[in-house]
Amino acid sequence: MFAGTVVFALINSSILILLAIGFNLTFGISGVANFAYGALYIMSAYLSWTMLNLLHLPFWASAALSIVFTTISGAMMYRFVLLRVRGQALSEVIATFGIGLSILELFRYLGLVGFEYTLPVFWNESFMIAGAYVDIQRIIIVLIALVLVLGLWLFTHFTSTGLAFRGIAQDERTALTFGIDSDRIATLSVSFGAGLAAIAATIIIPLGSIAPDEGYDVLIKALAVCIIGGLGSTGGVIVAGVIIGFAERFTDSYIGSHWTMIVSLAAILLVLAIKPSGLFGQQKELEERI
Amino acid sequence: MSLPTTLRVENISKIFGRVAAVDHLSCEVRRGELVGIIGPNGSGKTTLVNLISGFVKPTSGRILYNGQDITYTAPHKIVCMGISRTFQMVRPFYHLPAYKNMIIPLYSPRVRQLAGGRYGDRNAVALDLLEEVGFERDANVAYKPAGTLPQGYLKRLELAKAIALSPELLILDELFSGMSLAEVASVVPVIEKLRLAGKTIIMIEHRLKELFRIADRIMVLNYGQKIADGASTEVMESDEVKKAYLGSEG
Amino acid sequence: MKKRRERIDRGIKARSEDVYALSSWREMLYLAGPRLLPAAAFLLLPLFLGAYWQKVMISVAVFALLAISWDMLAQTGMISLGQALFFGMGAYVSGILNFYFGMPPWIAIPIATVLGGALCTLILTPVLRLRGIYFSMVTLIIPLMLVRIIEATKIFGGTEGLSGMTPLPSTLTEIYLVTGVLLGVLFGLRRLMETDYGLVLKGIRDNDRSVTNAGIDIFWFKTQALFISSTIGAFAGALMTHVYMFVGMPVFALDYSILPMAAAVVGGSGTLAGAALGAVILVPLSEALRGIGGLRIVMYGLFLVVFTVAVPEGLFDYIQRRYHQMERWVEIDQ
Ligand SMILES: Nc1ncnc2c1ncn2[C@@H]1O[C@H](COP(=O)(O)OP(=O)(O)OP(=O)(O)O)[C@@H](O)[C@H]1O
Ligand SMILES: [Mg+2]
Repeated sequence: MFAGTVVFALINSSILILLAIGFNLTFGISGVANFAYGALYIMSAYLSWTMLNLLHLPFWASAALSIVFTTISGAMMYRFVLLRVRGQALSEVIATFGIGLSILELFRYLGLVGFEYTLPVFWNESFMIAGAYVDIQRIIIVLIALVLVLGLWLFTHFTSTGLAFRGIAQDERTALTFGIDSDRIATLSVSFGAGLAAIAATIIIPLGSIAPDEGYDVLIKALAVCIIGGLGSTGGVIVAGVIIGFAERFTDSYIGSHWTMIVSLAAILLVLAIKPSGLFGQQKELEERI
Repeated sequence: MSLPTTLRVENISKIFGRVAAVDHLSCEVRRGELVGIIGPNGSGKTTLVNLISGFVKPTSGRILYNGQDITYTAPHKIVCMGISRTFQMVRPFYHLPAYKNMIIPLYSPRVRQLAGGRYGDRNAVALDLLEEVGFERDANVAYKPAGTLPQGYLKRLELAKAIALSPELLILDELFSGMSLAEVASVVPVIEKLRLAGKTIIMIEHRLKELFRIADRIMVLNYGQKIADGASTEVMESDEVKKAYLGSEG
Repeated sequence: MKKRRERIDRGIKARSEDVYALSSWREMLYLAGPRLLPAAAFLLLPLFLGAYWQKVMISVAVFALLAISWDMLAQTGMISLGQALFFGMGAYVSGILNFYFGMPPWIAIPIATVLGGALCTLILTPVLRLRGIYFSMVTLIIPLMLVRIIEATKIFGGTEGLSGMTPLPSTLTEIYLVTGVLLGVLFGLRRLMETDYGLVLKGIRDNDRSVTNAGIDIFWFKTQALFISSTIGAFAGALMTHVYMFVGMPVFALDYSILPMAAAVVGGSGTLAGAALGAVILVPLSEALRGIGGLRIVMYGLFLVVFTVAVPEGLFDYIQRRYHQMERWVEIDQ
C-alpha cells in the first residue's frame, strides 16, 4: 500500500503543479493575480469538447486549437480589461474575479454538466506499478508536468522574451529603462498563464469530467499551492505541490478521504501563521523599493 | 568629541540578489551632529536609510540607536523611538489637502506620548507645521489637494511630516532635489533651527554646494562602501572620491 | 463655437455647509433629507409590505450589511472575496449556541456576532502582514474549504445542517432588528471613517509605507478594521440562522461573497452608503429576475467587471454629485 500511495501521491503532486504553474507564472511576472484562471481552464475544456463532438475535428486538432484560443483570450482579457486598471491591484482582483465568475456561471446556466462532458484519454491502457494499477494518462500527466517545468526554466533563462520576463519580475523600473515594454510583457504573461491552464485542462480533464464547479476547484487548488509555496516562486510551486500532493494522498490512504481537505486547510493556516509569504516567497512588502 | 553616540552602524550589509547595495559599512553619528551623505547614483545611500529606519532588514551587521540594538525592530517602533525619515520619492495622499496629509503623523503614538496622552487639535498643529516649512498661510496652500502642488511643496510636506513626529534623529533623503533655489534657501533655516534645538540630522544630498554649507561632516559612499568621512574640504580632496564621482558621473 | 460642461455647486449647498448659517427649513431639509429619507423608508416600509416583500427586505438589509462590511475592508485596502466566511461563521456559531446549548436568540446572536467576528479575525490576521492579493486569495478559499470539511466530516449536522433553531418572535422584530443595526452601522461607520482614525485606515490603503513611517502599526490597525468588518458580517449570519431557523453549508456559499461585493462596486465603494444603495438595488432586482436563474450570477460578474473598469466611483457618487451640483453647458471662446 505504501509504494502505491507514493505513486499516486506523485501523480497528485504533478496535477497540482500543473494547475498552479500558470497562475503563478502570471503573478510572478506581472503581479496580476488572475482569478479567472479556473474559468479559463474550464473554458478551454468546453472548447475542446465542442470542436471534438460538434465539429468532429480530430482530438489533437481540437486540443491544439483550444489551447491557442485560450491563450489569445488571456491576452484579450489583459488588453481590453486589465490594462485599464493596471497597477491598481485591488481593481485587478475584482475584475478578474468577475470575469471568471461570469464565464463559469454562464456554463452552469447552459447546463453543460454530466458524464458525457469529458475529453478522451490520450492512450487507454494501464499497467502495474508498485502493486497499483496506473493508467497511461496519469503517467503522461507526470511526464508533461516535468517537461513543462523544465521547459519554463529553459525559457526564462535562455530566450530573450523569457529573460525579459525575469527582468520585469525582478525589477520593473530598471527593466523599463532597458526598453522592455512592460505592457507587452504583462499581456504575454497573462496569456501564457491562460495557455498553461488550457494545457493542464487538456491532459487532466480526461480523468474526470468538465463541470463549472471544477473551475472553482482548480482555482482553489492553484491558490492553495501558491499560498503555501509563495506567490511568484516556481520552486515554491513545485515544493508546495509535492507537499500537498503527498499529504493528501497519505491522509486519504491512512486516515480517511474526508480528512484531505482538512489537511490542506491546516497546511495553509500553518504556513500563513509561520511564514505568511509562503515557504519560498519573498516578503515583498519589505523588499519593495523605496 | 565627547558627545554621546546617537547612531552606530556596525559592519552592515544588504545584498539584493547579486547586488551588494550596502557592503560592510560602519559609521557613527554623534548627538547634535549634522552629517551629510553623498555618493553617485546607486551607491546605496537610500538603502542605508532604509536599513536605519527598519524598512529593509540587513543581510548582516547591526545598528545601534542610543546604545540599543534596533537592527530587527519594526519600522513603526523605530519611528516611535525617535528616528524619522523622509522619502526620496514622495508619494503623498494626492486627493487629500496638504494639511490632511499631516494628520497621520500627528495621529502617531509618539506624538500622543509626547503630548502626555492629550488629544490636541491636529488640524491646527498641521497648519502651523506647514507654515513653518513655507506653505504660505495667506495663499491657503495648505488647503490645496496634495496632487495639485508642485514638487517643491511636496518635498517640504515630506519634511513637515517628519518634523511632526518630533524626532531626535532626522534623516532627510534628497530633500533638496526637485526644489528651486529659493525653496532651498527657505528650507535651510528650518534645518538650522532643528539643529539648534539639538536634533541630530543626516542628510543625503546630490546638491553638494548647499549641503557643504550646513554639514558638520560628510560621508561618501560608493558601491555600498564608505570611501571617505570627514570635513567637507578634506573629503573633496580625496583621490578616491574624485575617482568615484568622475568615474561614474563624468 | 465650442461648448463644455461645467459643474457648479448649488447655492444651497454652499449656504448649508456652514453650520451657523442654517436659516431656513429648506436648508435644514437639504442637509438632513438624504439621511432621513432612507432611514424613514426603512422604518416605515415594513408596515406596508406583504409577507413576501418583508422577507426580501430582510434580505436587502442583510446584504447591505455584508456590502458595508466589504466596503469597510476595501477602504482599508483589503479586498475580500469571501464575505461568506464572516456570514457563515456568525451563522454557525449562533446555530451551535442555540442548537447544542439551548441559548435563546437574544443571547446567541450577540455572542455569535462577537465570537464569529473574532474567529474570522484570528484566522485572517496572519495574512494582514502581506498586501492585498494574499488577503483576497485566502478569503476566497477558506469558506469554500470549510464547506468541504463540513461535508466530509459531517460535523454540525454535515450536509443536512442544523435545523429547528428558535425563531425570533415575529417578522417585524426581525426587520426592525436588522434595519436598526443596518442604520446604526451605516451612519456610525460613515462617521468613523470621517475621523482621523478613518483617515489612518484609508491611508493604509493608499500608501501603507507612509503610515508606517508615521510610527503607526499598520498591522494592528488592519486587525481592528478586520474585526469591525467581520463582526458586522457575523451579525448578519447570526440573524439569518434564526430567520431561516436553519444553518447549513449554504451559508458559506459563494453567493454571500459575490452579491455583497457586486452591491458595493455598483453602488460605489469608498462611501459605505454606496454599498447599502447597491444592496437596495441588486437584491430586489435579483428577486424580480428569479426567472433567469443562474444568469443572475453571470450578471453580477459582469457588473463587477464593468463598474470596476468603467464606473469605478459607482452610482452613489453620481447621485451625490447630482444632488449637490448642477451641470450646465458653457461656451468656451478660443
Ligand atoms: N528593493 C531593491 N531590490 C533590488 N535592488 C535594489 C533594491 N533597492 C535598491 N537596490 C539596488 O541597490 C543599489 C543601491 O540603490 P540605492 O537606491 O540605495 O542607491 P542611492 O545611492 O540611493 O541612489 P540615488 O542617488 O539614485 O538615489 C542599486 O544598485 C539598486 O539597484
Ligand atoms: Mg537614493
